[in-house]
Amino acid sequence: MKILVCISNVPDTTAKINFTPDNKEFVSAGVTFILNPYDEIALSKAVDLAAGGGNVTVINVGDASTEPTIRKALAIGANDAVRINAPARDSFFVATQIAEYVKKNPVDMILCGRESADHNGSTVPVMIAELLGIPCVLFAKSLLLEANTATLDCEIEGGKQVVNVPLPFVAGASEGMAEWKIPNMRGIMSARTKPLSVIDPVDVAVHTRHHSFDKPATRSAVKMVSADAVEQLFELIRDEKKVI
Amino acid sequence: MSVLVYAENLQGKFKKSAFEIVSFGAAIAHEKNLPLTVLSIGQVAEEELLRLATYGAVKIMKVEGEAFHALSDQTVATAIAQAAAADAAQYVAMTASFSGKAIAPRVAIKLKAGLADNVIDLPKMSDGFVVKKNAYSGKAYAYCEVLSDVKVISMLPNSYKLVEDQKQAAIVPFSPVLGAADTSVTIRETIRSADKVSLPEAELVVSAGRGMKGPENWGMIEELADVLGAATACSKPVSDAGWRPHSEHVGQTGIAISPNLYIAVGISGAIQHLAGVSSSKVIVVINKDPEAPFFKAADYGIVGDAFEVVPRLINAAKNFKAGQN
Ligand SMILES: Cc1cc2nc3c(=O)[nH]c(=O)nc-3n(C[C@H](O)[C@H](O)[C@H](O)COP(=O)(O)OP(=O)(O)OC[C@H]3O[C@@H](n4cnc5c(N)ncnc54)[C@H](O)[C@@H]3O)c2cc1C
Ligand SMILES: Nc1ncnc2c1ncn2[C@@H]1O[C@H](COP(=O)(O)O)[C@@H](O)[C@H]1O
Repeated sequence: MKILVCISNVPDTTAKINFTPDNKEFVSAGVTFILNPYDEIALSKAVDLAAGGGNVTVINVGDASTEPTIRKALAIGANDAVRINAPARDSFFVATQIAEYVKKNPVDMILCGRESADHNGSTVPVMIAELLGIPCVLFAKSLLLEANTATLDCEIEGGKQVVNVPLPFVAGASEGMAEWKIPNMRGIMSARTKPLSVIDPVDVAVHTRHHSFDKPATRSAVKMVSADAVEQLFELIRDEKKVI
Repeated sequence: MSVLVYAENLQGKFKKSAFEIVSFGAAIAHEKNLPLTVLSIGQVAEEELLRLATYGAVKIMKVEGEAFHALSDQTVATAIAQAAAADAAQYVAMTASFSGKAIAPRVAIKLKAGLADNVIDLPKMSDGFVVKKNAYSGKAYAYCEVLSDVKVISMLPNSYKLVEDQKQAAIVPFSPVLGAADTSVTIRETIRSADKVSLPEAELVVSAGRGMKGPENWGMIEELADVLGAATACSKPVSDAGWRPHSEHVGQTGIAISPNLYIAVGISGAIQHLAGVSSSKVIVVINKDPEAPFFKAADYGIVGDAFEVVPRLINAAKNFKAGQN
């Protein structure tokens, strides 16, 4: 069983987000980066699935600054790692790099997170699957493997769906797919010497260009309503905000 | 050439988000001086299909047949890409629902088009085609230009208003050709609670946190939601503890929502929680601690014990609803 886990390196969930004065770029100084929380779920699942004799490779498209996060993934239990040496330009770029890698190094399963904490697109897993011509189950809450078929539970509008897919496939891990694994001392020690290969990117057509960022307007000061006067709350919201 | 919108139906009925994306497509069609085609897949009655013309569709492509009863993402993506090619669509738009998110990237790759995913507003079209999206889990917006000739766009629900623009529309049947790869996923079971409002699309959301003390106290949260016609949500520790299902968990690691009204009961307002709810248009916070950080991110605050305030709110909501009728 060969499993590839796609990992992204994202700002810590408590990080304050700032941009350069021209709003063109994210300022990473002073920000702690972490393994994307959903990717950690995907990785934990992969490590469980491979426990009976399999190999887990983690792959990241990024520059050298992502290596501490890659080492963290190795400490959690991945066997080896690949870094495709290029900044993640957009999801088509990232997905193409990963799909090209998989064409040369076939795997039984590709696990991703359901979305990254920086782009929030849920696009990379689907694009990888389409580029490889295989199924993708996004928002997967559980994954059960039997011979060459997997059964997954996934979120849909107002409920859930149970699907069967043949191997190989891509899944986007949602909460519940696995328990978060905490690296132990042995994992941390061995992560330093596990293989991490760095490979060059392939050329990819440019379809989108990042323009700029800005931040949501801050809300006006909160209006306090006395607990004894909540009767009028909905009329107040209707009259002042016109949303109900 | 055209603007092609895929209008998703749920058991033969279009939801509000379908009319939102048709209105959105109509605005692009108007700006670019192109006709608006709307694609529907699956069994939908003619009367329901014609509702699409209320929002500006001049042509309605319908795909029916047995292969399109239980829809996998791959089947739908192939159908949309073929319809877009047949209609020579320059712009292909759909809702970024759970299924839309799994479809739009495939369509973009099939059409060799750039993807503008999860947009939250009408693109700027005067100089290029620049879309606005959420980034950094609700802490920022990103603007992104789509350079390709053909553009695929997915839009989050509740991001664009309904605009009526009644047209005379022709219904045209369309038959996509499916390949083996389009049918490799087998849908074994679909479980939907039909009476429940789906969280990502809900206009009103009542959410509760650890302040509710235990799952046995959720009756009043559900009642308030029921009276308002709202969806229910919760904080992460609540779903971690199994008090509520994971599908209700909102925040950075849960679902991100942008309803018109978000009522938070007994939630402290941690940064990871705010990340998923701060784009709500109006936020009401109920907390017994006047120092709770959530008050800083709220429009209306009530300091008080949830067990006293929520029953009063239920009454207030009933009176409000009665006054509306
Ligand atoms: C990587 C990471 C990701 C995370 N992602 C998320 C996420 O997506 N979503 C999320 O919600 N959290 C997330 N968290 C957790 C987050 O940091 C907070 O711990 C969590 O939001 C707190 O939940 P809470 O407000 O329900 O509980 P608490 O923080 O315990 O707050 C309970 C509140 O209830 C109030 N209260 C108590 N009794 C009453 C009463 N009788 N009446 C009224 N008020 C009362 C208290 O004053 C308090 O403010 C994440 C954390 C990490 C580390
Ligand atoms: N730069 C990257 N390198 C490797 N995998 C990535 C990268 N960016 C995103 N992914 C994977 O794709 C998932 C969804 O990301 P996104 O499409 O950005 O929301 C993430 O949870 C990762 O599993």
